[in-house]
Amino acid sequence: MEGELAHIGAGLAAIGSGAAAIGVGTVAGNFLSGALRNPSAAAGQTATLFIGIAFAEALGIFSFLVALLLMFAV
Amino acid sequence: MATETTGATASTCVVDGSAVGMPQLCFDWWPNQIFWLTVTLVVIFFVLSRIALPRIAAVLAERKGTITNDLAAAEDLKAKAVEAEEAYNKALADARAQAQEIIAEAKAEIQADLDDATAKADAEIAAKLAESEKKIAEIRESAMDSVKEVAKDTAKELVAAMGGKADGRTVTSAVNARMKG
Amino acid sequence: MATEAQGEEGGLVFHPMDQFIVKPLFGDGPVGLFTITNVTLWMAITVVAVIALMVLGTSGRATIPGRMQSIGELAYGFIYKMVEDVAGKDAVAFFPYIMTLFMFIVFANFLGLVPMSFTTTSHFAVTVLLALLVFVTVTVVGFVKNGAAFLGLFWVSSAPLALRPVLAVIEIISYFVRPVSHSIRLAGNLMAGHAVIKVFAGFAAIAAVSPLSVVAITAMYGLEVLVSFIQAYVFTILTCVYLKDALHPSH
Repeated sequence: MEGELAHIGAGLAAIGSGAAAIGVGTVAGNFLSGALRNPSAAAGQTATLFIGIAFAEALGIFSFLVALLLMFAV
Repeated sequence: MATETTGATASTCVVDGSAVGMPQLCFDWWPNQIFWLTVTLVVIFFVLSRIALPRIAAVLAERKGTITNDLAAAEDLKAKAVEAEEAYNKALADARAQAQEIIAEAKAEIQADLDDATAKADAEIAAKLAESEKKIAEIRESAMDSVKEVAKDTAKELVAAMGGKADGRTVTSAVNARMKG
Repeated sequence: MATEAQGEEGGLVFHPMDQFIVKPLFGDGPVGLFTITNVTLWMAITVVAVIALMVLGTSGRATIPGRMQSIGELAYGFIYKMVEDVAGKDAVAFFPYIMTLFMFIVFANFLGLVPMSFTTTSHFAVTVLLALLVFVTVTVVGFVKNGAAFLGLFWVSSAPLALRPVLAVIEIISYFVRPVSHSIRLAGNLMAGHAVIKVFAGFAAIAAVSPLSVVAITAMYGLEVLVSFIQAYVFTILTCVYLKDALHPSH
């Protein structure tokens, strides 16, 4: 029974991956719209873009980690 | 790395060749990984900082130097080309000016010759004209005389033919009066 | 990445985590501190690859570079510019250190994509050590270069005075969470990608789904190639950002 609950929890935690996907999409989309408005400034901001994506993605990775822990470590 | 033989792997993390839980969280393996990672990082660090990075930096600097030199040489050549072009343009302008001069000179000479010739011709023509006029006047004069003679004779004959005796003086004056009229 | 699913008990059995098992190369003994394991093997291959690219590739010292030398110089210029742009000119002293991190991570990630290989950077043991190295370096450098002024990093002087203690707590927490997110991001990305590929591979055992599964594996593999590089890039650039905080702690 406990194992099944853990699996359900893992599934719920995987929702976090989707949330992270929304976050990454927001970051990339806003960067793109900004870059299209001012293409000359875009090249200098790619580093910031990747840092932003990395931070957004890290939280998704955390939820993935929680899912993995529930699946395999509990 | 998948199919582990079912041999007794001396770890609580592996049972029957499959991982129990997450292998990442099997702390039996951490010391080994940390040790080898340290070795790896130290080796890479020394290889990079002692050999690779100084070498690449040197190559890049050398290339930069070469490029700078080449650019300077190109700049030199360009300056030379500009100089040569200037010299060429100057020579061209000089030649043009010279040609202009020569043309002007020649024109002046020709003009002078032409003027001379014109003057000469004018003088000749004037002389000839005067002579011709004189001749014409002479001819006219003689013609006038001849006409008078002929008129007188004709008048005398006419008068004689009509039966009168023509007085020479009267005829002459009459003819003269007619001729003037 | 062999197919994992076995028809035992009639159902599919996935072992997506088996690819991360550390085991001795010779014999079946316990994994001790100095045991030569698959970790050793793949780290050695990483070292060899780095040496091949950065040392053997540039051995010609050609003014007009060949292919290998071009790649080496590209990596050099890429990281050098990143360090200079992100961390500042005075961070160039740390360039070999950052270059080491980048070269190791990028090669370990790409070698992990070779079928049947072992991905060293998918292990928390590895990434936690890398992240802690960065964390300790940054903290030590910060205190050595700035002394107590380094603590100004946590005292946001541009905020209203009443808010500053609260912000200080948040800043301190975020400072100490850095190595956690730094390490888990790298290992998590790598592990996730490899595990997902493995799960898709498990579905290939069903004949009806296997074409779809192969397509999915191919797509995931392409994504993983991208992720491998981006994660190495992100790890390196975050190191540069942290280093910048240490060298210029004023906000």
